[in-house]
Amino acid sequence: MAAAENKNLAVKASGLVKWFGEGEAKTVAVRGVSFEAYFGEMLYIEGPSGSGKTTLLSMISGILRPNSGSVTVEGKDIWNLTNDQLADFRLNTVGFVFQDYHLFPRLSTRENVAIPLILKKVGWDEAMDRAIEYLEVVGLRERAHLQPVKLSGGEQQRVAIARAIASRPDLLIFDEPTASLDGDTGRRIVDFVKNNILNDKRCIMIVTHDNRIFEFADRIMRMEDGMIKGMEKGGNEK
Amino acid sequence: MKGILKIAYKLLVNDKGKFAALLVGITFAVFLMNMMTSMFAGILNKSSATVINIGARMWVMDPAVKTVASSIPMPDYVLDAVRSIKGVRYAVPLYSGGALVKLADGTYQNVTVLGLDDASLFGRPQLIEGRIEDIYSDNAFIVVKDSEYPKLGSPKIGTQFELNDHRVVITGLARVTTSGLFGVPTLYTTYTRAIQYIPNPRFTLSYILVEPKSRAAVPYIQKQIKALGYEALTNEQFMKKISNFYMYQTGLGTNVFLMTIISFIVGLSISGQTFYTFILENLDRFGAIKAIGARGRELVYMILFQAAFTALIGYGLGIGLSSLIIFLAKLRISSYAAMVTYRNLALAFVMVLVIAGISSYIGVRKVIKIEPFDIFRG
Ligand SMILES: Nc1ncnc2c1ncn2[C@@H]1O[C@H](COP(=O)(O)OP(=O)(O)OP(=O)(O)O)[C@@H](O)[C@H]1O
Ligand SMILES: [Mg+2]
Repeated sequence: MAAAENKNLAVKASGLVKWFGEGEAKTVAVRGVSFEAYFGEMLYIEGPSGSGKTTLLSMISGILRPNSGSVTVEGKDIWNLTNDQLADFRLNTVGFVFQDYHLFPRLSTRENVAIPLILKKVGWDEAMDRAIEYLEVVGLRERAHLQPVKLSGGEQQRVAIARAIASRPDLLIFDEPTASLDGDTGRRIVDFVKNNILNDKRCIMIVTHDNRIFEFADRIMRMEDGMIKGMEKGGNEK
Repeated sequence: MKGILKIAYKLLVNDKGKFAALLVGITFAVFLMNMMTSMFAGILNKSSATVINIGARMWVMDPAVKTVASSIPMPDYVLDAVRSIKGVRYAVPLYSGGALVKLADGTYQNVTVLGLDDASLFGRPQLIEGRIEDIYSDNAFIVVKDSEYPKLGSPKIGTQFELNDHRVVITGLARVTTSGLFGVPTLYTTYTRAIQYIPNPRFTLSYILVEPKSRAAVPYIQKQIKALGYEALTNEQFMKKISNFYMYQTGLGTNVFLMTIISFIVGLSISGQTFYTFILENLDRFGAIKAIGARGRELVYMILFQAAFTALIGYGLGIGLSSLIIFLAKLRISSYAAMVTYRNLALAFVMVLVIAGISSYIGVRKVIKIEPFDIFRG
């Protein structure tokens, strides 16, 4: 990807450390991680279970406060923001697709997708119209009125993607997007994301164990025991 | 703001089972509270029936009087003394007492007899049959056509019966605004005939009804009468005194108070518990909304809205249901003592707000503390 070479800096993480618990029970999940991510790239984070991938991404997306270190997104030191500013950062700058989707079973698919827009104080009707457009992007326009439970796993994943992109985030984060999908569906979704969602004003980070989707990566960052063990070019570049 | 509340509304209402459980809790609590307090209000109102029906501005009585029915007769000179107080426009005697009536079929029935001042007939009821002048004819009595009236065999004009061995002729049927608490029929006659027919100890003057020249004269009159060793109360004060008696000296008030508290606690625990479960089950959702970028304040508004919305609907249902039942009960039993007062409505409303407040406080505390990270780690 050309954009990756432009080195248009999206995220800069420096010396991130996060531990949980105290004394005997203390677990250090991330021990001093620094890296950079760029607009227009798809950065994979790979590593064994418990290596600190989710913890790291949570600190980058303004969900989990690090014990030390800093995260700068688009030049903003996010962990120096007030709580309200941090909420606004999550709303306006980040889109997070959670591993278990975390859709709202009592709301329709369309309402689910509209949530970030409503939080942005877009009027209800307009938010619904725009939600339809994002559902269209992920190919689920006809499912707009159904509740998420009526959809297949792959379709729910796409709804979660539609919700994550609805706020037009510059930074899109996926935690194990293909974990609960069969190989083909997983590939198709990532392929779709690469071709339709990624652009040179956007940075996408994906946590995954799934080597069938490595071919879409620009770079792959390997984590082990809370540390970065290597950074390589993705299948895309080979 | 509106959009986020709409989301909150949908999360609440689309969870039909939980929402129904919440409503049942609050409706039940409001229903019980309103029933209890309305019954009490009805009883208190009826206990002051005579005060309301006679309609005098001021009542002079022995200070030991607790309720209208248990009057303590005063000597006649008090009436003259009251009449001579500056600021008194006029003062008339009222007899109030109980008597035993023997009906035509030989059965006995207790009645309340009110004897009105012969000259003015002050406090006379509104007649629906007969002429008021006939009260001066021999043995004349007026019967009140209320829910107790059939107990006298539904007398008509001209019906006769015995009252303490005296002959009674009904010369009129009357209507009053409030019927009494004790389930006995009421007869009106003149003061003179009342004390003549009903045996009395030394004194016969149950009450003196006073019309002051102006509102401003009331305190002075009260002071003068106090100096005589008696008590002069405005009608509101008298009703308050009667209410206080029932409320604080009969156990009735305590019981109603306890029942109200119990229904409040029952409602609070059902609703609080259900709301708490609702919040717990939706914690993920609130966590997700927080992660997507809701500010803490917005989550609080969502919860407050959910609690307030449920509380208001439950309040409406509870009040509607209890009012309906009181209405139906009154259709069947016309003397049914229950009265929905604004004060009770306000009381129930405040209690519902407290229930909603406590429930949402618990919810808010929980939601404010959510770490979205714990939810997403899977
Ligand atoms: N809230 C917490 N309390 C205690 N320990 C935690 C907490 N969250 C994470 N950890 C620990 O931190 C370490 C890293 O966890 P993390 O979820 O980031 O791993 P991961 O790389 O995402 O693993 P997986 O691939 O299984 O999702 C683990 O040892 C985990 O047990
Ligand atoms: Mg993880």
